[in-house]
Amino acid sequence: MSEQAVVVRDLEKVFTRRKGLQRRRRSALKGVSFEIERGECVAILGQNGSGKSTLVRLLSTLLLPDGGTAEIFGYDVFKEARAVRRLVNRVSVEASFFKKMSASENLSYAARFYGMTPRQTSAQIPEILGRVGFPPDRRGEAMENLSRGMQQKVALARALLTSPVLLLLDEPTTGLDPRSKQEVQSFVREIRARHDSTILLCTHDMKEAEELADRIGLLDKGELLFLETAAEVKARFGVETIEEAFFAATGRSYEDERTEEDEEREVFA
Amino acid sequence: MSSADFSVSKRRVFRDELIGLYGVVERNLYLTKRYFLWDLAFLLWTIANTLTIVFISRGVDISAAQRNELATKLLVGGVIWAFLGIIFEIVTETVAWERWEGTIEYTFMAPVSRPVHLIGMGVYAVLYGLVRAAAIFVAVVAFIGIHLPHANYGAAVALLAIASISFIGVGMMTAVLPLISPEKGTQLGFVAQGLMLVVSGVYYPVSVLPSWMQWIAKISPATYALRGNRDQILHGAGLRFSDVWPLLVIGALSIPIGLLVFRAGERYAKQHGKLKRSG
Ligand SMILES: Nc1ncnc2c1ncn2[C@@H]1O[C@H](COP(=O)(O)OP(=O)(O)OP(=O)(O)O)[C@@H](O)[C@H]1O
Ligand SMILES: [Mg+2]
Repeated sequence: MSEQAVVVRDLEKVFTRRKGLQRRRRSALKGVSFEIERGECVAILGQNGSGKSTLVRLLSTLLLPDGGTAEIFGYDVFKEARAVRRLVNRVSVEASFFKKMSASENLSYAARFYGMTPRQTSAQIPEILGRVGFPPDRRGEAMENLSRGMQQKVALARALLTSPVLLLLDEPTTGLDPRSKQEVQSFVREIRARHDSTILLCTHDMKEAEELADRIGLLDKGELLFLETAAEVKARFGVETIEEAFFAATGRSYEDERTEEDEEREVFA
Repeated sequence: MSSADFSVSKRRVFRDELIGLYGVVERNLYLTKRYFLWDLAFLLWTIANTLTIVFISRGVDISAAQRNELATKLLVGGVIWAFLGIIFEIVTETVAWERWEGTIEYTFMAPVSRPVHLIGMGVYAVLYGLVRAAAIFVAVVAFIGIHLPHANYGAAVALLAIASISFIGVGMMTAVLPLISPEKGTQLGFVAQGLMLVVSGVYYPVSVLPSWMQWIAKISPATYALRGNRDQILHGAGLRFSDVWPLLVIGALSIPIGLLVFRAGERYAKQHGKLKRSG
């Protein structure tokens, strides 16, 4: 039997929002279950508000669930958070750095929390920046002077510096120009080829999912509709593309993004 | 395939925590370096503020010696007000600043323990606060021309450092507030600072307070810091056991309570998605 990197069972998360005097409950995840094998790359597709980031945050120990369980390499994510934290790192849409500090300083700060000494970081930071395609001689510049694409590379470097065995990528290429997008994607491929890491990639981009991942999942309004190889998905719905599969599974077209406001208006209509 | 073993030794965990502690202090140094001129401007404001209080002594119709004593008492009050303010501010920034930059999720998902993280912030706050307090003290003494022939500075700094244990504990309780209310949480740090000092006799003896406030003064660490520091600066008193033991007792209680309060706040934030929601 092969080893499971991630085992998620019936995971639920509900957010309550106050609107005037009313409290509104919104289910972000409605009992999601899946597994990821060690070394696998799984992509989760989903429209805005489908629950992708909520899933990533639960696995990062940044949210507590309202039901269900999650294990990462056998550790209970919610009861053994400390052990899980050593194994996981994450890249999200926003790069998130101390803007006045340099790339080097930001990376050192992040790495200290994982037990990396100044000697280790001063050797490894330029090396890892070089690998993600960030010009190492710019590592002393304040983050606020760097472009979005550059910042996202530093975010990738931050995640890799701590050698995570599970890498959570939450829309790492959203909002990047085509070239930066390509660079980030080819770097993800390289990590897969060179490292013992398991990757969970949440994305809007069907092409990206199909190119990078072994299996593709579809999260829709907090429910995981399927999680299988691209070929299996297409065969199951008898279609040619993942986009058509989305339509077949949900009855909506993928471009047809509905905002929360739309849904709420519908309730009162 | 055999199951992976990712367990780590206790020694390794301890070592990593120390490196994490160092990392917190180091990051604060980076930020102090980057915002140096702003901090300097803020220091000038604090000095001006302290002067407005110490100048009160110049307008009172008493003998020159009494005036010098009053100026010293007011100065000690002003310096401790500033010291406490900076400690609460830095400890509160543990959450507030990182929320603002957006780094909070990365910090909170790292394997460093929260007590070590918070204590790192506290250690930096005390070091920075002491340097700043000394600068304010020296500036005001020079500007107004206060005579302090007997002052025991070593004892004064030592007492302030001991009192800081309690201040950090209280700071941890207020540090959690920005997790619960990102917009207004930080301001409650000022509320804690003001409430603590008003009962502790910041610019007046505790004996002038109503008796219920005097009772609260007994459990406020600032009371002992103010009382001790005044005697040290005016009369050259040493580090008195009668000031030290209450501070150690209050410190021994306030740190664990502060950590518990912070932990409860962090749990609440993770339950309700308050750390961050976008993305
Ligand atoms: N911290 C939070 N507080 C309240 N509601 C939240 C919070 N985080 C997410 N939600 C709600 O939960 C649902 C799922 O959000 P989530 O951010 O997980 O979606 P997503 O798939 O990542 O969307 P996007 O593609 O826009 O990033 C949404 O309705 C969102 O409004
Ligand atoms: Mg998202």
